[in-house]
Amino acid sequence: MDMPLPDQRILHARDGLIARLRGVLPADAVIADPAETRAYECDALAAYRCAPLAVVLPRSTAEVSAVLRLCSQMGVKVVPRGAGTSLAGGSFPTADCVVLGVARMNAVIETDYDNRFIRVQTGRTNLAVTGAVEADGWFYAPDPSSQVACAIAGNIAMNSGGAHCLKYGVTTNNLLGVTIVLMSGEVVEIGGPWSDAPGLDLLGVICGSEGQLGVVTEAYLRILPKPEGARPVLMGFAANEVAGACVADIIRAGLLPVAIEFMDRPCIRACEDFAKAGYPDCEALLIVEVEGSPAEIDAQLARIKDIALRHNPVAYRESGSEEESRKIWLGRKSAFGAMGNIADYMCLDGTIPVSELPYVLRRIAEMSAAVGLSVANVFHAGDGNMHPLILYNANKPGDLELCEALGADILKLCVEVGGCLTGEHGVGVEKRDLMTVQFNSADLEAQLRVKDVFDPAWLLNPAKVFPLDVTASRRAS
Amino acid sequence: MTPLALHPHSEAELGEMIRAAQGPVSLRGGGTRGVAYGPGTVLETAGLSGISLYEPGALTLVAAAGTPLAEVEAVLSAQGQRLAFEAPDLRRALQRQGVSTLGGVVATNASGPRRVQTGAARDHLIGVRFVDGMGSVVKSGGRVMKNVTGLDLVKLMAGSHGTLGVITQVAFKLQAVPECAVTLQTQVPLSAGLALLRRALGSPFEVSGAAYGTFGAALRVEGMQASVRYRVASLKALLGGDWVETAGDALWVGVRDAQGLDDGALWRVSCKPTAAEGVVAALAGVAHQAIFDWGGGLIWIAVQGLGDAGAALIRGAVAGVGHATLMRGTCAAAFAPEAAGVAALSRALRAQFDPKGILNAGIMG
Repeated sequence: MDMPLPDQRILHARDGLIARLRGVLPADAVIADPAETRAYECDALAAYRCAPLAVVLPRSTAEVSAVLRLCSQMGVKVVPRGAGTSLAGGSFPTADCVVLGVARMNAVIETDYDNRFIRVQTGRTNLAVTGAVEADGWFYAPDPSSQVACAIAGNIAMNSGGAHCLKYGVTTNNLLGVTIVLMSGEVVEIGGPWSDAPGLDLLGVICGSEGQLGVVTEAYLRILPKPEGARPVLMGFAANEVAGACVADIIRAGLLPVAIEFMDRPCIRACEDFAKAGYPDCEALLIVEVEGSPAEIDAQLARIKDIALRHNPVAYRESGSEEESRKIWLGRKSAFGAMGNIADYMCLDGTIPVSELPYVLRRIAEMSAAVGLSVANVFHAGDGNMHPLILYNANKPGDLELCEALGADILKLCVEVGGCLTGEHGVGVEKRDLMTVQFNSADLEAQLRVKDVFDPAWLLNPAKVFPLDVTASRRAS
Repeated sequence: MTPLALHPHSEAELGEMIRAAQGPVSLRGGGTRGVAYGPGTVLETAGLSGISLYEPGALTLVAAAGTPLAEVEAVLSAQGQRLAFEAPDLRRALQRQGVSTLGGVVATNASGPRRVQTGAARDHLIGVRFVDGMGSVVKSGGRVMKNVTGLDLVKLMAGSHGTLGVITQVAFKLQAVPECAVTLQTQVPLSAGLALLRRALGSPFEVSGAAYGTFGAALRVEGMQASVRYRVASLKALLGGDWVETAGDALWVGVRDAQGLDDGALWRVSCKPTAAEGVVAALAGVAHQAIFDWGGGLIWIAVQGLGDAGAALIRGAVAGVGHATLMRGTCAAAFAPEAAGVAALSRALRAQFDPKGILNAGIMG
């Protein structure tokens, strides 16, 4: 993966820049010591590392504005950072950039149950948003796996999803308004605790813009009353195709589970060895979760069972207690840890039409066999968002490259069957160079024009999302 | 003399027409729901028609933008599915004729009562193709439900009223029609009625409609038979009072289409639900009728006898808590004026997508 060469003019201006940053921020908000900036050299895409010139940790929208205005005046690039949990390198720094972290901005500004929203500073973690309202019976629906650690800022930047978005939608469907600071330092309020934009839906294009358009410092989020209860059922099948057909039948029947999770044999094995969740020995496993009152749950599960039995499951296990629910989810939730226990892995995130599931799983098996790497599949089956995990050995020369090449081929396959490169993790640097597989030059040009409007000098999170050659002239100007 | 209308029959032909355009182009689907149409040569998208993909098992539909909404609804209905966001039919309210198209639904982000539960048209739109103001064909999104690849121009196009490009194809995620729907109604004064709606929306009983009008306060519950029974009983217990149960969707069609608000100017107000009562209170002494949807988050207001269609009063009342669009009648700006920062960004976006300034020119500011 290539990154542009650092701007020597900026590297030489380092001391002056840091002095000026200290002039607009409190002393403890500017980190310049190389021993400390190293903590920000990567996010969760840890294969790539580069310490930034400096890190700033502002505490208010006004401080964010001051930093951006200053960097804008000096022509210094800025890489925004939430909690640094991006799997796509969304907050991967360059040597000539200032990392702007919003982690210290984590306050709840307003909670309003009558109007069903919470307003927070975006450094607050996803789980802490729910934490602020759950005692009163409410929750914030998007639930990325990293929700303990990830920040709302990053959720908005990546339009994060989660296991339960089948029913509740992803971040963009639960975001009502933002305070965004543009690279110029200008603060703009977009949306609010009401529905619809009065004019163009700017909020819609800001959500998921991967830090390309501005730094979101505050957000109005939709909160929902907590369902009365939830219960998962686990089912095992003799073949991936059969599990795929069962998923399609559940959806077709009009049942709306909150989650339908799919694991294939390599993943079931690894999770079982690691978490001892008591999963059956089978080719494919589904976890289907439904919500409601106990009677509603029973009624839904009865329908789901009817459908599942038509597909001859080798195992069918309804949770009968909190403890059993926990065990059913245990393996799935520890999937990534289980994989990490066996080998290094790369986690993909393509989405495919659910009807293509059996074909794509078969092709992935053939492709991985051809290059001699193992792939375990775990994914959100209800919406076709796949997470193939390619196992490799980081210490074996050439293995990472082999893994990346296989990953690229799998993502190309996702696009080929009518899907996309990324369902919820974002493009970042990781999938930047594959964008031309999904988009032609006119499609990309339209996206670049949006960035031109918000960040005309191309200083915010540059060298991400779009292939470098596509953006070269804009970044150079 | 009125210039001849343009009727493209393919995306390529449309691109040629836009490239060749010497002046402004007034875009429309079926002309049934636009807040306003720009000046110049009329361009209608009815010639871009047809469903290109419908996978009931994947809850996905892709169709050309000129496809009639009614045609799509019929095809979906035959499979027990629907577009969940309930696009209104505004022909009577806006005194229009014509055939509503999918492109028009998207361009106006047309959404009905179920929005409180499942979101607006934009939340169900998963892909879009359009021709921009330079005649280039652009696509964004696709046909899958989870897609964060690149900037989300899908959302930007939804509700852009033809000012960024001519939408040529749309992809939607669909919903299965639930087996049962029950409406609960009670006659209570406005303030108490709106409070009941908010209370119901704040309960775990999954209300899919929450409106107030001449019919009183109304709630809708949809789903599996047993679940609906349970939730209806739970709501009655939670809210107290006397609730009448009715079947059928006539009440919700009326709310959706702003029925009965036929006189004077017609406003569509989005606001913080708790602010709804205050917005309408500002019209005390002025002849008006209102329907409250989305638990108070949407108010349709018909106002009579005010010179600026009531713009000063209504926009004054909604300042800081929402915004108001004039749907029928005349005032200085049908779309709500935006704060300077937002207006500047929107203007710059329109200039990027339509540098000649020809697509429904000037309607959004």
